[in-house]
Amino acid sequence: MANLLNSIGYNAWVLPALLLIPLIGAVVILLLPATGEGIDRGVETPAARTVAFWIFLLEFIVSLGLWWSYDPAITGWQAGVDFSWIPTWGVRFTLGVDGIALMMVLLTTFIMPLAVLGSWTSVRTKTRSYYALLLILTTGMLGVFLARDLFLFYVMWEVMLVPMYFIIGIWGGERRIYASLKFFIYTMLPSLLMLVAIVYLGLHIRTASGTPDFSYDHLLSASTGTGRTALWLFAAFFLAFAVKVPMFPLHTWLPDAHVEAPTAGSVILAGIMLKMGTFGFLRFALPLFPGAAMNPTVRMIILILAVIGIIYGALVAMVQPDFKKLVAYSSVSHLGFVMLGIFALTLQSVQGALMVMINHGISTGALFLLVGMIYERRHTRLIEAYGGIARVVPLFAAILTFVSLSSIGLPGTNGFVGEFLVLLGSFQTYPVLAIIAATGVIFAAAYLLWAIQRILFNSLDKPDNIHIPDLNKRELGLLIPLLVVIVWLGVYPAPVLRRMEPTSRMLIDRVEGHTALALESEVTR
Amino acid sequence: MNFDLNLPAQLSGALGPDLILMGGAMLLLLWSAWRRESDDHQRNVGILSIALCVVTMIVVAYYAYVGYTANVGPIAVDNFRWAADEIFLIATIGTIAMSLDYNVREGITAGESHVLLLLSTSGMMILAAARDLIIVFLGIELMSIAVYVLAGINRRRERSAEGAIKYFLLGAFSTAFLLYGIALVYGATGETNFARIYGNIAKFHLEHSALLLVGIALLLVGFGFKVAAAPFHMWAPDVYEGAPTPITGYMAAAVKAAAFAAFFRLWLEAFPTLLVTWHEAVWWLAAVTMVVGNLIALAQRNIKRLLAYSSIAHAGYILVAIVVGTKLGSSAFLFYLFAYTMATLGAFAVVVALGSRGEDRMGVEEYAGLWSVRPGLAVAMAVFMLALLGFPIFGGIGFFAKWYVLQAALQSPFPQTRLAIVLVLTSLVSAGYYLYVVMVMFMKPRDSAVALPARTGGWTRTVVWASAVIILVFGLFPDAIVSFTRRSAPVLTTDAPAGRDNTSLQRAASSPAPEVVSMRPGLSTSGH
Repeated sequence: MANLLNSIGYNAWVLPALLLIPLIGAVVILLLPATGEGIDRGVETPAARTVAFWIFLLEFIVSLGLWWSYDPAITGWQAGVDFSWIPTWGVRFTLGVDGIALMMVLLTTFIMPLAVLGSWTSVRTKTRSYYALLLILTTGMLGVFLARDLFLFYVMWEVMLVPMYFIIGIWGGERRIYASLKFFIYTMLPSLLMLVAIVYLGLHIRTASGTPDFSYDHLLSASTGTGRTALWLFAAFFLAFAVKVPMFPLHTWLPDAHVEAPTAGSVILAGIMLKMGTFGFLRFALPLFPGAAMNPTVRMIILILAVIGIIYGALVAMVQPDFKKLVAYSSVSHLGFVMLGIFALTLQSVQGALMVMINHGISTGALFLLVGMIYERRHTRLIEAYGGIARVVPLFAAILTFVSLSSIGLPGTNGFVGEFLVLLGSFQTYPVLAIIAATGVIFAAAYLLWAIQRILFNSLDKPDNIHIPDLNKRELGLLIPLLVVIVWLGVYPAPVLRRMEPTSRMLIDRVEGHTALALESEVTR
Repeated sequence: MNFDLNLPAQLSGALGPDLILMGGAMLLLLWSAWRRESDDHQRNVGILSIALCVVTMIVVAYYAYVGYTANVGPIAVDNFRWAADEIFLIATIGTIAMSLDYNVREGITAGESHVLLLLSTSGMMILAAARDLIIVFLGIELMSIAVYVLAGINRRRERSAEGAIKYFLLGAFSTAFLLYGIALVYGATGETNFARIYGNIAKFHLEHSALLLVGIALLLVGFGFKVAAAPFHMWAPDVYEGAPTPITGYMAAAVKAAAFAAFFRLWLEAFPTLLVTWHEAVWWLAAVTMVVGNLIALAQRNIKRLLAYSSIAHAGYILVAIVVGTKLGSSAFLFYLFAYTMATLGAFAVVVALGSRGEDRMGVEEYAGLWSVRPGLAVAMAVFMLALLGFPIFGGIGFFAKWYVLQAALQSPFPQTRLAIVLVLTSLVSAGYYLYVVMVMFMKPRDSAVALPARTGGWTRTVVWASAVIILVFGLFPDAIVSFTRRSAPVLTTDAPAGRDNTSLQRAASSPAPEVVSMRPGLSTSGH
């Protein structure tokens, strides 16, 4: 397979193509005639969704080649491209994948077509704009994962914001305007501070002629300030990423945005955009400022916040009357595991964190899709409005149960692998925190199983629920790939882990090497 | 070629573009008075005015391309001037184009309105060139008097008349400050020429002369009024609201840019050694303007007032570039002016397009659901709002402008980190009102009782689209503009006065830096 890909020069064009295909697709969709095929069961311009689906599928197929062309034996960037963009500012258009970015890219391109299928009938108005925004959003998200230039990274980081703002604000639920503004402001404040930090870094390694340099590789090899400066810079990056993760106590935008967003919006937010934060820690905050990040106080604060997030998210999820909100809060809990794994900084915990990132994208994405499906039928998300519907919609019930179990982390599903590795890894460095975090798994079981019980089982006592149609072919078709991945990652995650391992190892070596050096110099002094 | 400004013929040559614009404007004035007032005549005058601006732009571009220089004299011949001129001319063309549609709608048949714009613009071009306090004063007066008339050109409307009177009174007031400042500076240094003021300050050690410092303070107040920097901004919202919308756009974009250009040159060429004295004052002016403009804008529900406060806030961002004051600062300054001008012009063009006769519907809420009835205008307005907000890609060049100012602030020999943080945080505040406009257009449902806005006139539509396209295209490829503005610092800053690049603020202030004086030929020879 790798040979075949090589023969078509795959590595040379794949990354720019991945960024370009959605943009071209967006233009194509906007150019579709508005009244061409009229209205299909209340959906305006149904051609838009079809075109969008095929473009996303094409994007997925193109990106799939990376799975084989990526060689885990080589550390460092692969499939890299490098163009000059704004020479006077020293900004370059530099892309590349490493093991972590690879998995994130594949996760993104895998989720997007399913997200389109998920909004097939639920988004009815202005469909052309909606799918065009989804496509632009995809470019932004992939750009974040692929960028090797801090300026480019920042631009892509902000590019994600506007489409999502519109998606929530236009096609969202009742409180959509409030939720979209909150989402925008929460994300923008820290990213502006990050911008200042990026300017500072770019100037820090500027060339002799004064042109700044934003290349990630150059920054890595340069020492990026020490002591107080590094702490401030780290703080700026930390805030930007922590809001995105979101870490307790910066998470309050999340329930609003997730609940008000249309189904595809929630799926993308939870499945992909939350990973931007943790990805940012792995790619930027940790390797660029190892000294600051590994400062014992800073590290302890972050770890404690992560554990609070795990427990708090789970406890709040437990009392939610709204199923979508419950799933939203469960994200806070899951992402807490990721943060714990990253900052515990052992190979297992980092690998586990990466697995949780992927699993959370799959399982929570699937949960949001399921919530969207049942909402389309009953127009309510309140748990108490349901009850006993397993008898009416057996297929839906079976899948919901299965996905919930994977989200809880049942052995044999994907959820188990990630959380187990995180706990195992962090137990080596922070046993107490790992033990506390482990209770989060129990809470997860409690809130999800309890919710399922109230929705699917109990008695079928509400007359509205008697005539809900079960999943149709499209819905089944979009859920099956998710189920397959859930089982695959649960049973045989080795191929994924193997591809991420060199990158994780390098990250740990870099961060720990730096800390060791710092300790050594302290001792010798 | 090097102009010798002591020779009248060569001085005229150096003023070439300005003279072409003024001469053409006078001919057009005659012609517009020659015929009876009518819509057609008004339109013809307007189209010819645009043509004249285009010709002037080409001449300016030619001057910049040839790279003329000049010795030290009353006017500057440098890229800074040409870059600023092009910005004013673009803004003027946009304003005239909007007025063509606007005048027909409001029943203004006076072709002179376009010619007044040309005269005002020639005042701006003189301001951008001025290297002498007297020339500054001339330029300011030429620019302002035409705009006083324009603000009240729709004399049948009460608001317009009120705004015009307010503008006139406060304008006269600020001019008085300026003039008094000029007098005191002259009294202290015995000179009105920037370079000689600079030389005399160094020669006679006037850094702590009370007379000079009071003069500078008054100049600062005068310019503060002109650029509507807080706390001298109070007039702006009322005047902006009252004036005809195209003229408001002109005031917010071009008039402000011109005052800034003169401000920048005066500060950097005449008083670089007084860095400590004025630096802190401008620092506070910048910080207060950013905070006040953005915070008050949050409460605005009238689109013109909202844009007025937004322009106050942007004055604050531009002041940051002035505080930085390096060569990079001047490049960032020009870049910012360009970006700001395009976005403001576009935004006002949308307001013109959506206005109705009499301008009684200017609430932002009137735009509710605009996206479903006029998707093009809504998208364009969103681009302008995001550009003013400084958002990448979707706001195009607006982001790079802010980025550049930030970069200049952090790269300066005295990194303005705190000011950069204020800039960033106030930008965040500005999201509150820019996004409010976007939100209303895209997310609020259309009130079916409200009549559809009339179809937009072709000229205004062109302005909207041209601005949006320029913003977006240069928002992807800003390099051309960056490298042009790079070459466009006012002359003295290129010469790195008073060791500003490496030594401390104090030394810059206290040392007379004789080597700088010798660096500028003509200063010693062309003395008294």
